[in-house]
Amino acid sequence: MVSVVYEAPDTVESAVSILADSAIPAYVLAGGTDLIIQTRASKDAERLVVDVKKIPGMCDATIHDGALELGPSMPCAAFTARDDIKAVFPGLVEAAYLIGSTQVQGRCSVGGNLCNASPAADTIPALIANGAECVIQGPDGERTVAVEDFVTGVGQNCMEKGELLKQILIPAPAPRTADAYLRFIPRTEMDIAVAGAGVSVTLDESGVCTAARVAIGAVAPTAILVPAAAEALVGTSLDDAALAAAATAASEASSPITDRRGTVEFRRHVVGVLVKRAAKIAADRAGGN
Amino acid sequence: MSEARDFKYIGQRTIRPDGADKVTGRANYAADFALPGMIWGKILRSPHAHAKVLSIDTSKAEAYPGVFAVATHADFPGGEGGSIEAGESAVNLKDLSRNILADDKVLYAGHAVAAVAAVSERVAEEALELIEVSYEVLPHVMEIEDAMQADAPVLHEDMFTKGLDEEPDKPSNVATRTELKMGDVEAGFAEADVIVEREFKVSRAHQGYIEPHACTVRYDEDGQSLIWCSTQGHFDVRALNSQLLGIELSRLKVIPAEIGGGFGGKTTVYLEPIALILSRKSGKPVKMVMDRDEVFMATGPTSAANLKAKVGAKKDGTITAMQGWMAYDAGAFAGSPMMPGVMTMFTPYDCPNVLVEGYDVVLNRSKTAAYRAPGAPQSEFAAEMVVNEVAEKLGMDPIDLRLQNAAKEGTQTIYGPKLKRVGLVECLEAAKNSPHYQSALAEGQGRGIAAGFWFNIGGSSSVTVNMHSDGTGSIIEGSPDIGGSRASMQMMVAEVLGIPLDRLKPIVADTDTLPYNGTTGGSRTTFATGMAVIEAAEKVVEQVKARAAALWNVTAEQVEYADGVVRNLAGEESISLAEVCKSAAQTGGEISGSANINARGAGPSFAVHLCDVEVDQETGKVDVTRYTAIQDAGKAIHPGYVEGQYQGGAVQGIGWALNEEYVYNDKGQVDNAGFLDYRVPLASDLPMIDTIVVEVPNAFHPYGVRGVGESGIIPPLGAVGWAVGNAIDRKVEELPCSPPRVLSMIQSG
Amino acid sequence: MAKTHVTSTVNGEAVEFLCEPGDTLLDVLRNDLQLTGTKEGCGSGDCGACSVMLNDRLVCACLVLGVEAEGAKIGTIEGIGSNDRLHVLQEKFLEHAALQCGICTPGLIVAAKALLDENPNPTEEETRYWLAGNLCRCTGYDKIIRAVMDAAETMRESA
Repeated sequence: MVSVVYEAPDTVESAVSILADSAIPAYVLAGGTDLIIQTRASKDAERLVVDVKKIPGMCDATIHDGALELGPSMPCAAFTARDDIKAVFPGLVEAAYLIGSTQVQGRCSVGGNLCNASPAADTIPALIANGAECVIQGPDGERTVAVEDFVTGVGQNCMEKGELLKQILIPAPAPRTADAYLRFIPRTEMDIAVAGAGVSVTLDESGVCTAARVAIGAVAPTAILVPAAAEALVGTSLDDAALAAAATAASEASSPITDRRGTVEFRRHVVGVLVKRAAKIAADRAGGN
Repeated sequence: MSEARDFKYIGQRTIRPDGADKVTGRANYAADFALPGMIWGKILRSPHAHAKVLSIDTSKAEAYPGVFAVATHADFPGGEGGSIEAGESAVNLKDLSRNILADDKVLYAGHAVAAVAAVSERVAEEALELIEVSYEVLPHVMEIEDAMQADAPVLHEDMFTKGLDEEPDKPSNVATRTELKMGDVEAGFAEADVIVEREFKVSRAHQGYIEPHACTVRYDEDGQSLIWCSTQGHFDVRALNSQLLGIELSRLKVIPAEIGGGFGGKTTVYLEPIALILSRKSGKPVKMVMDRDEVFMATGPTSAANLKAKVGAKKDGTITAMQGWMAYDAGAFAGSPMMPGVMTMFTPYDCPNVLVEGYDVVLNRSKTAAYRAPGAPQSEFAAEMVVNEVAEKLGMDPIDLRLQNAAKEGTQTIYGPKLKRVGLVECLEAAKNSPHYQSALAEGQGRGIAAGFWFNIGGSSSVTVNMHSDGTGSIIEGSPDIGGSRASMQMMVAEVLGIPLDRLKPIVADTDTLPYNGTTGGSRTTFATGMAVIEAAEKVVEQVKARAAALWNVTAEQVEYADGVVRNLAGEESISLAEVCKSAAQTGGEISGSANINARGAGPSFAVHLCDVEVDQETGKVDVTRYTAIQDAGKAIHPGYVEGQYQGGAVQGIGWALNEEYVYNDKGQVDNAGFLDYRVPLASDLPMIDTIVVEVPNAFHPYGVRGVGESGIIPPLGAVGWAVGNAIDRKVEELPCSPPRVLSMIQSG
Repeated sequence: MAKTHVTSTVNGEAVEFLCEPGDTLLDVLRNDLQLTGTKEGCGSGDCGACSVMLNDRLVCACLVLGVEAEGAKIGTIEGIGSNDRLHVLQEKFLEHAALQCGICTPGLIVAAKALLDENPNPTEEETRYWLAGNLCRCTGYDKIIRAVMDAAETMRESA
């Protein structure tokens, strides 16, 4: 059983240097709803756990003129209670709200969900659909990475040793833009997504789609942006034919596996259904602005 | 004995006497106990589904700092064999000991191979990694149909199928073949205008108790060994440990902790014998608590089953023949509940021509254990689906078809006896008249109905009612309380003694305090233990009457007892129960009544369930929109806890029908050994579960009680399965109806 | 591995304990503080039997490290109701027969109280979804939901 060393720094700089200097495997602790389970199952002899919740800004969020600055470790229970954020990014908030039970919501975070990089993570398609950016602090300074490039593989993200995700930024959406996130699970709660779809659409005054971003999750090693699905929507009024075309594009872009949560065929089919439904919800929200 | 009467307490929704402890967290479950000097035990489990164990070297683990003892199968005293009665069936002791710790073979991934006791759980787990086991990995077989093939890997070289016409000359994985029949099914099918025949598959399902197995034990050479454990039957825990380890019954005291769910799965033993061995070898008390993944990997779920059902009926709705075939998976050792499956399959029907054939098959999965009406949900699912299809083909209402052919008093069962008075017809009529059945289905919804039968058992209950000098009493009984039975015992004794409930304290006592009590299972507790406490209370009344009669110098026939008071019929005097108890020592000794019975006359409980579902046609997801559980309780002692049994059984059945199954990887390891991916129903998955308590009294119980714990899990499989098929206009043939399966059925057109 | 000394507040009382950094709050509550009312059903946050309040938020104690209790406010089942008087939720659970084996009951009561503290008038659906993370295998949830909604009504009336 792994031996844990625990540190709780109160600045980004000290967190970065602890992570960079660690001689043993080091992990960032936000809500711990993935990390604690993984640590107990770990074959490491020793692990360093760096609790970042005491660092100012890591657990807060501000939204200013529609632009979101999100502390990655903010518990979802707090994040999803923010009506001001929900008004601008209802899809991202509903994605965050879907992670786990009420008890898990009291701890889990958007940043933790992103960094853990499960192929089925709920927030990642929604972050991608909204064009989020990840602000990373490392020993060599700060860098920013588009969220669709942040996750690099199953359980893998692009951060190097000593780097810490310190903020997630989402630029203010254009007028008449709205997002939506849907996932498929066999029960009504608690399950890991079998397929997920995050969609953001922008409409013009006559209800024609002028821009879209479609991202799908749980159907490939990472969540992926599907430009072909977006193209199927742009220039249309999101009628049934356009939605069906977007669904087909999403299904074709997916490369799911068969596991204890779903089969290849099932996931491929359902992700298309979710894209169609999420796009419609996003369009209804955008039209209502 | 049980004519309709007004009861003072029976039938009320009392507050259970152990309730405050449960809602405050004070109640002590098995993992809550600690003994001074206690150490922790942990188990090493096989990663292989099938392998020879060539050697086990525990020397490095034994030398690890903080380790006090290790255990392997070699620590069982040799020569265990034969079988004993425990739970609802006979237990093969050799198989049991080999399941608890593997002998020369491991037979499933997760099979216990060795155990360590150390100063902490962490040290014990570190020490497990130092145990070196040399395996010769063998091919494994995971599916029933594969295990039955002639060229399948054989688990037990000494398994020669019993029950075949000719004894086989080669071992196989088929432990037993059984056939029951009556009448002539061929002639029956020849008479039929409509015949429906279908094949079905049902997955394994785990009991899913939220409390993992746990025990704290202390082995004492000179005195008495102690076991605190989570169990449904502590007397059977004593018996099994006594046999397995060669300890006399009187030197082994088992104290049942409060139990966090059992449903049959805690009528056997996994940890206690290992803990006793570790305690004996270390000289210290040992605590063992299973992790959740161990529960799913290595404790028995109930059997998966392959089934066939064939039913024939005439145009007028008379069922003329019923035939069934089933193969149940027993897991690694023989003994699936195939036999009860065979016996119950068509019992809800009064049909003279019935033939059912069953096979008990071993394969490389964990050993199965009892789960709520063991064997019946699978076989009755097949029967109910086919009966519904016959109704559909005849253009008949499925309730009417069942009413026309319903089992009733005098119906000959396939397993021997004729049924006594039973309540199936009443349940069917209640279903037909229910608001649920009368309501219209919305567009895109489907409805299903199914019946269910379970025998229920009686068996041994031994109890004492002790009266104290202040007129209060203790009900000393030996049935671990899994669902509120202490409340029922309190009510039944209060009814006999005619004193307020809060004057009576029911206690579940340990194995030293009472003679043998059968397990809390088989839906026997309210029936048999209830009968015993009633008899014990009646003896108290007799003693009280005798003391009063002596006081007044009259005969016992000249006094009457009612509502806690004895009256002299030949005079004016009266005396209360409390006053008699106060002077008991002076009038002949303390007042106490015992009853050690082997209860006979358990009445079967029939159930009928209705289910409405909505299916998302694009994803195959099923939503249960309405559910009604109707069941015959004989007499509901505590209506709230009776309804609770109906609702709990219904929801377990709904889970089994919709999402619960075992997923194995290609190494034969359980892939979903946790509550994340073994998907039991959540609060948000369900509507309210409406209940209708039918009461057709069982003449053999003083208050008419029928056990109700088990029948309620049987109808949901057919009710949900048929409803799903009805919603998508297909025929469901496999459970669970998980979304991929349902979508595939929809898409197959 | 040296143990960490932690000071915290549990059910309004100051406590201190030693624990290994890898121990969970659940381990600490049950083994070090002998507060065994909080139960372990799965150890992975899937069953809710270990529900506790951490700084006024509902969490699973198995998904919190013991060392995170430093300076924090923790509420367990032992802090709800008292010897003389059960909380309305506890009374309603008993009245409605909303428990059978009782192992899930402490977690459910903590979770239900957190619901009613935040939303005194939940609908049936809101109640079911809030409690989705609390598994019960015995009751089928029907009587639990009724008990919680009845408690909510009683609490609103006496507020």
